[in-house]
Amino acid sequence: MPMVEVAGKSFEVDEEGYLTNLADWDENIAKYLAQEEKVEMGDDHWEIINFLREYYNEYQIAPAIRVLTKAVAKKLGPDKGNNKYLYELFPYGPAKQACKIAGLPKPTGCI
Amino acid sequence: MTDEMDMEEGGVVKKFMFVNRKAPYGTIYALESLEVVLISAAFEQDVSLAFVDDGVYQLMKNVNTDGIEMKSFSKTYRALEGYDIEKLYVEKESMEARGLTEDDLIVDVQVISQSEMGDLMNEQDVVLSF
Repeated sequence: MPMVEVAGKSFEVDEEGYLTNLADWDENIAKYLAQEEKVEMGDDHWEIINFLREYYNEYQIAPAIRVLTKAVAKKLGPDKGNNKYLYELFPYGPAKQACKIAGLPKPTGCI
Repeated sequence: MTDEMDMEEGGVVKKFMFVNRKAPYGTIYALESLEVVLISAAFEQDVSLAFVDDGVYQLMKNVNTDGIEMKSFSKTYRALEGYDIEKLYVEKESMEARGLTEDDLIVDVQVISQSEMGDLMNEQDVVLSF
């Protein structure tokens, strides 16, 4: 497994760059992964990242995009729970890109 | 051929039932079934889940897997609702034989008898057994 080093700490990632161990996650590795994905992290990005981590903690899976959109709408309101908003934050696919930055595995049912 | 033509007109919705018969850990069946179910949700089919025999153990609450060093996936059954998979059937006889009641389960289910389960299976287009 490839390793990356961020702020003096080593992280194991898989061949697609997803963090292998969820518990390793911290803000530094999130920033590094965001940079790799060419995402500039603002408060709105962190809100979704934190939401995803809470979702994972509750259900032990990374949600498919359709499910993420619906869950965000329920928690943060329809202004944020829609494809347009989420794709603006994470242009290469919210479920895939945001999950990666959040340190989650690739979403199940991501086709 | 017919299916392909129908697909172009907005998609064929078939009735899929996933039948879970095995205990959650020790074999990979339960987890594999759950993953296939989550993936199938993307195809917007009419999906239902059946839990029979030791499969009813898959839905038990307060499972602690520390001792077997495996990740518990019990909580994931609670995510099914968000995937619009809301038809979960548990066979009454299987549950009773194991001394379980609905209160022991992590999600809301419909408890039905063995013969009702048989009828339900007959109504399906596809039945997949795990």
